Amino acid sequence: MPYLGSEDMVKELRRALSNPNVQSDQLRYRNTILKVIRAMSQGVDVSGLFSEIVKACATVDIVQKKLVYVFLCSYAALNPELSLLVINTLRKDCQDPNPMVRSLALRNMTNLRLSSLVEYVEQPLTAGLRDRAACVRRVAVLGWAKLHNLQPNSEIDATVVNELYSLLRDPDPVVMVNCLRALEEILKEEGGVAINKPIAHHLLNRLKECDVWGQCEVLRILERYRPQSDDELFDILSLLDTSLVSQHPPVMAATLSLFLSLCSALPAVSLSALERVRAPLLAACGSTSRELRFTALCHIQLLLRSVPGLMGAHYKRFFCGYAEPAYIKQRKMQVLVELVNDENVAMLLDELKGYCTDVNTDTAQAAISAIGRIGRSYSDQCLQILTGLLGLKQEHITSAVVQTMRDLVWVCPQCSDTVCLALEGCEENLQDTQGRQALLWLLGVYGERISSAPYVLEVFIDGVRSETSLEVKMELLTATLRLFLCRPAETQDMLGRLLHYCIEEETDMCVRDQALLYYHLLHCGIEETRKVLQGRRSDPSLGVLIGRPVEPISQWAHSFNTLEPLRQGTVTTDSSNKGSPEHVTSDPKPNSDLSDDLKPCQIETVQTASDSASLCTEYSTDALSSSAVAPLSLSLSPALSPEEFERLWLQRQSLHAEQGGEEKEDGDYLCTEECVQCPTIPHCSPQNLQAALQLVNIQTLAFTPPHTLPWRVYLYTHTHSSCSASKPPSTLILGELLYTGEPKEDCSKMVMEGSHEQLTTEGEEAAVDRLRGRESARQQSQTEDVKVTLKQQPRDDKALKGFLSVLTTVLHTLSTETT
Amino acid sequence: MISQIFILSSKGDHLIYKDFRGEAGSDVVSIFYEKVMTLTGDQPPVVMSHKDLQFIHVRQGGLYWVATTTADSSPFTIIEFLNRLAALVKDYCGSLSEKMVQMNFALIYELLDEVVDYGYIQTTSSDVLKNFIQTEAVSSRPFSLFDISNVGLFGAETQQSIVAPSSAATRPIQSSREQGGKSEIFVDVIERMTIVIGSNGMLMKADVEGEITVKCYMPNCTEMRIGLNEEFSIGKSQLRGYGAAVRVDECSFHQAVRLDEFDSHRILRLCPSQGEQTVMQYQLSDDLPSAPPFRLFPTIERDSGGRLLMYLKLRCDLPPKSCLLLKCVMYVTPVASVFSLSQELSSPDQSAELKPQSRAVVWKVPRFTGGTQLSALFKLDVPGLSSASMQEVGPVGLSFELPKYTATGLQIRFLRLSPVQPGPSQRWVRYVTHSDSYTIRI
Repeated sequence: MPYLGSEDMVKELRRALSNPNVQSDQLRYRNTILKVIRAMSQGVDVSGLFSEIVKACATVDIVQKKLVYVFLCSYAALNPELSLLVINTLRKDCQDPNPMVRSLALRNMTNLRLSSLVEYVEQPLTAGLRDRAACVRRVAVLGWAKLHNLQPNSEIDATVVNELYSLLRDPDPVVMVNCLRALEEILKEEGGVAINKPIAHHLLNRLKECDVWGQCEVLRILERYRPQSDDELFDILSLLDTSLVSQHPPVMAATLSLFLSLCSALPAVSLSALERVRAPLLAACGSTSRELRFTALCHIQLLLRSVPGLMGAHYKRFFCGYAEPAYIKQRKMQVLVELVNDENVAMLLDELKGYCTDVNTDTAQAAISAIGRIGRSYSDQCLQILTGLLGLKQEHITSAVVQTMRDLVWVCPQCSDTVCLALEGCEENLQDTQGRQALLWLLGVYGERISSAPYVLEVFIDGVRSETSLEVKMELLTATLRLFLCRPAETQDMLGRLLHYCIEEETDMCVRDQALLYYHLLHCGIEETRKVLQGRRSDPSLGVLIGRPVEPISQWAHSFNTLEPLRQGTVTTDSSNKGSPEHVTSDPKPNSDLSDDLKPCQIETVQTASDSASLCTEYSTDALSSSAVAPLSLSLSPALSPEEFERLWLQRQSLHAEQGGEEKEDGDYLCTEECVQCPTIPHCSPQNLQAALQLVNIQTLAFTPPHTLPWRVYLYTHTHSSCSASKPPSTLILGELLYTGEPKEDCSKMVMEGSHEQLTTEGEEAAVDRLRGRESARQQSQTEDVKVTLKQQPRDDKALKGFLSVLTTVLHTLSTETT
Repeated sequence: MISQIFILSSKGDHLIYKDFRGEAGSDVVSIFYEKVMTLTGDQPPVVMSHKDLQFIHVRQGGLYWVATTTADSSPFTIIEFLNRLAALVKDYCGSLSEKMVQMNFALIYELLDEVVDYGYIQTTSSDVLKNFIQTEAVSSRPFSLFDISNVGLFGAETQQSIVAPSSAATRPIQSSREQGGKSEIFVDVIERMTIVIGSNGMLMKADVEGEITVKCYMPNCTEMRIGLNEEFSIGKSQLRGYGAAVRVDECSFHQAVRLDEFDSHRILRLCPSQGEQTVMQYQLSDDLPSAPPFRLFPTIERDSGGRLLMYLKLRCDLPPKSCLLLKCVMYVTPVASVFSLSQELSSPDQSAELKPQSRAVVWKVPRFTGGTQLSALFKLDVPGLSSASMQEVGPVGLSFELPKYTATGLQIRFLRLSPVQPGPSQRWVRYVTHSDSYTIRI
C-alpha cells in the first residue's frame, strides 16, 4: 500500500469497506477490517468508518467479529446512536449455540461503556449468569461489575447481589474469583464483599483449584477476614503454609501479606513466616526477569527492617552482576550494607570496592557511600579503601569520597586523623558543588590538622568572583572564619579579602548577610566569635541511633506487596545532597522551619540557609533561658557515652526504688517527675525531635521509633549556672520522656502536685501559674501527657527548673508543629 | 487490577494499546514514553507514576510491555503477568520482536481480550486459550533453505534473552494444528551461571540457576516422562549413586508435574500443554562440581611510551572438542579517558573495539574450542596515565553460551511419550549453559 496521509487512508478504507465485491468475499472483507484496526492501533483516527464497520458486524466469521468488536469498543463512546444498531446483532449472538460466540457477544456488549444501552444489556447478563458454559458465566459475572460502574448512583439490585454470592459456589474456579471481584466493585460503598466464616473457609478450601492469579485475588480478599478463635487462626495458617513457599512469587507475596495481617497480634508467628519466605524470595532475586528481581529486592529490604539477620548467610546472592541495570545494582548495595557482619565484612568491602569504578557514575557514587555506611562500624578498612579511591583522581569518585568522609567524620570522630591526611591535594579533582562544600566543611572544622588548609582556601577565595554556587560561598565564609580562629597568622589576610568581597561586591543577600554577621562578630572580640563558631565537630550519638532499631513488622506490613517499596527514594541508605553534616541530623524539613516555630518563645533567629546551626543554638539557648529563669546555659560537653548514661540512670533508679517516693533528694542528687502536655510529640519524627533538642543543647541518646507504645526518649545535658555563687557551677541532668498512651489521671495529678510544692518553695510564682494553667487545660481536654523523669546531679533546683522550662517550650513548639 | 496495557517499541512506536476500564485516556502512552525519554541512561525504573496512575513495565524482546494500575496492586502479580503475556505472545507468534508484534497485532488483541477482562486476569494457560484463539499467526518469512543452516544451533540475539532457540523452535504453536506441521517436542536444559573470580584467581562466588523447559508442538500428547540422572540429589545431606553426584541446593517443580516416580527413579511425569512451560527450576550456589570453565591470565603494564598495555590470555578448561563456544563477549573496563586502541588478536575472526561511552573494550570471539587458549594484546593511549589509574582497569566480564554443556552435570536420560505418537514425531533434548555475568577481577 502506498504511503497515504490519514485522511486519504480513511477514504481509501471506506471505499473498500462499502465495495460489494469486497463484502461478498469473506477473506478480502476480513483483511480490509484488519487494515482498519492496524491503522487504529498506530494512532490514526478511523472513527469516521463507524457506520461501515457496524455493518460488518453481522457475520459468521468469528475472527472478523472479534476484529469488529475491537473497533466498536474503542469508538462506541463517540457514536452512541450508531452503537444502538449493534446491540441487536449482539443480542442475537447471545442466543448462539456456540458458547464462544455467546461469551464474546456478552463481553463486548458490556465493554461498549454506554449507559444508554444498559436496559438492553441487563436481560442477556441475567441469562448469562445461568449459562451452561463456564466461559459465559465468567463474562456475565464481571459484566455486572461493568454495568454497575457505568451508572454508579443506581440502586444495587439485591437479587443480582444474592445471585453473585451464590455463584461463589460455582464449580468453575474462575467464575468464583470473578464473583469476588464483581462483588468487591458493586459493594464498594459497603466496604466490599462480606467475608463470613463459611465463605472464608469455602474460599480457602478451593484455593488449590485456582490458578496463580485467582489465588492472589482470593488471598487478598481474605485479608479482610478475622478468625474468631486461635484454633481457627492456626487451622487457616497451616492450610496456607504450602502457598507461603510457592514457587510463584505472586502467590508467595500474597500469602505472606495475608499471614502478616492475620498474625498482627502474634509477632512470633509473623517472624517465623518471614523465615519461611526467605528461600522463595531469594529464588525470586535470581529470577531471569530483571524486573521481578528488582521487586524481590525491594521487598527483601522491607523484611530486613524487622529481621536484620534474615539474609546474613546469603550475602553473596546480592553481589551485582556485570550486566545488571543500575537500578538493581543500587538496591543490591543497599541490601549489602544491611547484611554486613564481622565474618563477611572483608569479602563485602572487596566486592563494593569493585563497584566504585562502575561506568555508571550514580552506581559508583552509591557504592562509595555504601562503603561510608559500613565505615560507621568498620572504619579502618573502609577508610583505607576510600583513601585508595582518591588516588584514582576522578572527579565523580573524589567528590563522592569527600562527601562520604565528611559524613563519616561527623559520626565517628576517631576517623578524623586519617581523613585529614587523605584530604591533602584532592581539591584539584573536585568540580561539583556538593563535593567542594564537603571539602570546605572539613577544612574549616579540622583546619588545624591539615597543613595545606590555608593554601586550599586561598585558591577558593581567589576564585570567589567566578563562583556560581551560593552554598559554596557560604561554606567558604564559615570555613575561612573557622580556620582563622585556629591559624590566624596564615588566614587573616585572605579572610579580610573574602569579607571585603562578600560585603562590598556580592549581590546575593544570604552571602552578604552572613559576611556582615561574621564581620560584626569579629568586632565583638575573638572569644565571642569562637563561642559562636566552634560548634560541635561530630555527633557520636548518631552512631548509636544509626544502628537502625529493629522495627515492628506492623510498620511496613501494610505496604508489603504494593508498589510503595518499589518507588525510588523510599529507602534512603545515605543522606546525600546536603551541605554540612549539622544538617544531616535534622529531617529533610529545613532547619529554618523549626526556628520559625520557635519564634513565639521570643527567640532571635539568625538562621541563614547554610551553616549556622551552632549560632542558632547559642542564641536560642540564651533566649529561652532568659525568658524563664536566671541566666542558665546548657551545654553538651563533656559528652556522655550511652554506657555511661545507662550506668548513671540505673544507679539513680535503684536509689529511687529503695526510698520509694515521687521525689528524692539526698544531698547532691535530685529526681523529679513532671508531666508535659504535648500529645502529638510521640508522633513526630525522631530526627525532628533530635534536631530541635540540639538547638537548645540537649542531647538525645536513644529513641523508640515513633508511633510505638510505650514511647521513650532518653536525653541528657549539662547546666552551667552563671549567677548564684552558692549553687554548684555545673550539674548533669539525665532525662527520660515516657508516653504510655493511657490517660493516668490520678497518678499524674499527684505528680503534678508534688512538683508544685517543690516549685512554690522556690518562690517562682510565674512558673507555677503557668503550670496550673496547663494543668487545668489538661483536665479539660483529657489528653494524655508525656511523663518527664529527670535526674540531676549535683542538686540545683533552679537549674533544673530552667532546664525544664526549656524542655517544655521545645516540646510544645514541636507538638504544635506536628499538629 | 490493570487499567490499560500497551506495547511500545524501543523507539516509542505504539504497537498495541488496550484500555480495559476506560478510566484514563490514551494519552498515557505518550506520557509514559516521555518519562522514559527524559531519564538518563537506558534503564528507567520499573515503576513510574503520573498523578495517581502507576506505570509498571518490563522489557522483553526489545519492547516495552507496560501496564497502568493503581498504587495498591501487587507488583509481583503485575510483573509476572507481563512476563507471562510476553511468553504467550512469543508462543503464538513464534518469536518476539517489533516486527512480529506489528504483523500479528490482531492475534495479540485477541489474546489480550481472552486473558484480561475488565482489568482482571482471567487465564494465561495456553491449554485453555487454544480453544478461544482463532486468528492464525503470520510468520515473518516463509521457510527457506537458509534456515537449515541454523537448525540445531543456538544463536544468541541479545543479552536479555536466555537463549534464542534454534529456528526450528521459533514457530507459532498454532501452526502445528492448522497446517499439519511436524509434531515435535523440545526439552531444554538451560543453566544461567553467575561467577565472580577474585584477582588472586580464587572463586569468590558461583551461582547456577537452571531450568528445564518443555516446548511442545504436539497436538495430542497425553503424558511424557522425563528421566533425569539417577544420581541427581537435592540439598547437602542426601547423596545418591556411586559416581560423581549431580547436586543442586533447591529445586521446585511446575504444579502439573507428578513426582510419584521422582524419589525412586528420578522421573518427572507430566502432560505438557502446547507452548512453552518451565517444568523444573533449580539452583546451586558455591559448590560447583567442576572448575569454572574459563580462566584469565592478565598482565597489565605501562610501556615506555606511556601507553597502557593489557595482555590477556583466556583459557577454556572444558574438555577438548566437546564444546564449541559460539559467542563470547568480553568487556574490559579501562580507565576513564582512552584516546585510541590498538590490538593484536590471536586469530582473524575475532574483533575488538573501544566503546568510549561505556569505557569498555569489547572483545568478541565468535568461536572458542574447549582446551584451547586465546590471547589478545591491547594497547591503550591514556593521557596522564599514572600508577593509580592502573588499579582502575578491570574487571573483565564475559558473556557466553556453551551448548551441550551443563554446569551442574544434569542430564536427561530418556524422554518417553505415551501414547506412542502416530506418524513422524521428533523429540529434541538440548543443553545450554550461558552467562552474562562472569566476572574476573584484575
